[in-house]
Amino acid sequence: MQLEQYIKAELEKPEKDILLMTHIVLGYPSLEVNREVIQQMVDNGVELIEMQIPFSEPMADGPTIVQANQEALETGISVADCMAFGKEMCATHDISFLFMTYYNIIYKYGVENFFRKSKDYGITGFIIPDLPPEEGQEFLGLAKKYEISPILIYAPTSTDERMQTLDSYADGFMYCIARKGVTGQQTDFDTEFDHYIGRCRAATNLPLAVGFGISSREDITYLTGKADIGVIGTATINLVNNEGATAVGPFIKGLRG
Amino acid sequence: MATPGYYGKWGGAFIPEVLFETFKELNIAFAAAKADPSFWQEYLDLMSTYSCRPTPLTYAENISKHLGGAQIYIKREDLNHTGAHKANNVMGQGLLVKRMGKKRVIAETGAGQHGVATATMAAKFGFDCTIYMGEEDVMRQRPNVFWMEKLGATVIPVTSGTKTLKDAINEAFRDWVTDMEDTHYVMGTVCGPHPFPEMVAWFQSIVGTEAVEQISKFAGKLPKRVYACVGGGSNAIGIFQGFLDTPEVELVGVEAGGLGLDSGQHAARLSSKDSSPGVAQGYHTMFLQNDDGQMNDTYSVSAGLDYVGVSPILTDLWEQGKVRFEAATDSEVMAALDMTMKMEGIIPALESSHAFAQAYKEAGELSPDDAIIINMSGRGDKDIFTVAHAYDDPSWKEFIIKKGAEYAA
Ligand SMILES: Cc1ncc(COP(=O)(O)O)c(C=O)c1O
Repeated sequence: MQLEQYIKAELEKPEKDILLMTHIVLGYPSLEVNREVIQQMVDNGVELIEMQIPFSEPMADGPTIVQANQEALETGISVADCMAFGKEMCATHDISFLFMTYYNIIYKYGVENFFRKSKDYGITGFIIPDLPPEEGQEFLGLAKKYEISPILIYAPTSTDERMQTLDSYADGFMYCIARKGVTGQQTDFDTEFDHYIGRCRAATNLPLAVGFGISSREDITYLTGKADIGVIGTATINLVNNEGATAVGPFIKGLRG
Repeated sequence: MATPGYYGKWGGAFIPEVLFETFKELNIAFAAAKADPSFWQEYLDLMSTYSCRPTPLTYAENISKHLGGAQIYIKREDLNHTGAHKANNVMGQGLLVKRMGKKRVIAETGAGQHGVATATMAAKFGFDCTIYMGEEDVMRQRPNVFWMEKLGATVIPVTSGTKTLKDAINEAFRDWVTDMEDTHYVMGTVCGPHPFPEMVAWFQSIVGTEAVEQISKFAGKLPKRVYACVGGGSNAIGIFQGFLDTPEVELVGVEAGGLGLDSGQHAARLSSKDSSPGVAQGYHTMFLQNDDGQMNDTYSVSAGLDYVGVSPILTDLWEQGKVRFEAATDSEVMAALDMTMKMEGIIPALESSHAFAQAYKEAGELSPDDAIIINMSGRGDKDIFTVAHAYDDPSWKEFIIKKGAEYAA
């Protein structure tokens, strides 16, 4: 509930037609760099950040994020390090932070313990791409109890009926993946996408976030008026790889307005 | 079973949302096929004409006498077309793909046997075929890579993670989430999200059904024990299903002991203390992972057993005490392979040799009145490079050096 209110309040601010959510792989290339990148993002107006706790089997991710997960783990980063970093970010910045990871990380940590700590820190939502609601009854119950939004996913392959079912479990916002496939490749926005996003809008009253392959000002302009949040993932990872953390600020600034 | 896809608390379908409809469709098609006796008949006809079913049960007379214990029988899955039990599952899924009207198949492979079987099925049925194989496995099972390509498949070496079977599974899923309308993922073992464990177990049950009949005929009684190697668990669950209702038959799953259970260099999930419950690759089972839930880099001389997880069906049977799990080390496996070749004229795959090794360790404990069955999941031809290397065979090395020089020239 709190996450949805935050999003709606942000959207009411003048000249905010669309919000930005960015993605960070924790520990890639280091927490130091993560810290710097997040600072740049926050300074340039990002409203939400999903922090990915690395996993050895990132099944839903594309090559860039797969490699980032792997290299992060090779530095020896632990889940405890990621949690401590999440706590620090929530305490430092006045925006919304979510954890994104695969279910095994939470399962091994202890599902309730993970919720309790995250709530303490001020984390607002969880995105778990390999946990459909059918398998996540305990998880969804705890999400209610701890008031952390379980972010569910709409895909172009989701039927209207499925979208409604997902809506009955979801909270905060709906994460609409712009196309089939894994993270990373470019998305072509066309009439097929418009039809899909129209179906998403009809199926839920929650704000809509659109992610996968969004990397430019043109993409964000296209999404404005159609979606409520544009999600930037692989694009900033590539940017940091190629040009360093300081390139992130100007890039984010240039996406809107 | 309370919830479909669950075996005790193991199994499930932890799938990304984008595949929800694909799985729904697959579940419906599979349930319809299972309920239709003509489907199974079509399967049996295919397996008896395109493959060599029923596969024989061979009495290993020389080794039985040599060890002086139980009479040893070998279920010859190596005599299937393409040389392993993998064909049982693949041809069944191929028929299902035809029913679903899909045009492309993808698969992961470790030892390459599942990949070769899938490429063969695709060639026969006219499907496009892409096989994902860890780069490490491409190196150690090179003959199978060659045949897959010659059969018309595209083989994609997987360079992420530990470059073995689990990484090939991840990569196959990444393909499937991109292209699901026309594509079926032919999962090669009794793992992954529901309905795969149930489906693969069903097609592999043909092994157990034949084995019960054959042993009753030849030995005049049920076996005391049945041995099968366990990677994901498909050949094991295949033969075990013939004996689940007769508790007097002890079922023994043999995992890869690698360099020994104390070395940390192994792939023993249920026979070591190193695994714990987890959720990965779409299902809940016992995984070799660290305290944070990151998967370990497993080790085995055999690519097909070098895997972090294990069938949820077997984990449930293990928990109920219905299957005993043991591990055979690389060196025990080489010794068993050597003895089987020299004394019986049979060349088991390195995977299958794990079952032989454990059976040979235990045969002496039993009486000559007892019978045991070893499931020979596949033939060893594919392992020629690995086995020759282990023998440190001088004439083979000389041949490779000459051949290398010829190509380099
Ligand atoms: C000959 C052979 N046996 C056994 C296995 C292990 O698989 P499973 O445990 O599913 O039978 C493989 C897998 O590649 C194989 O090729």
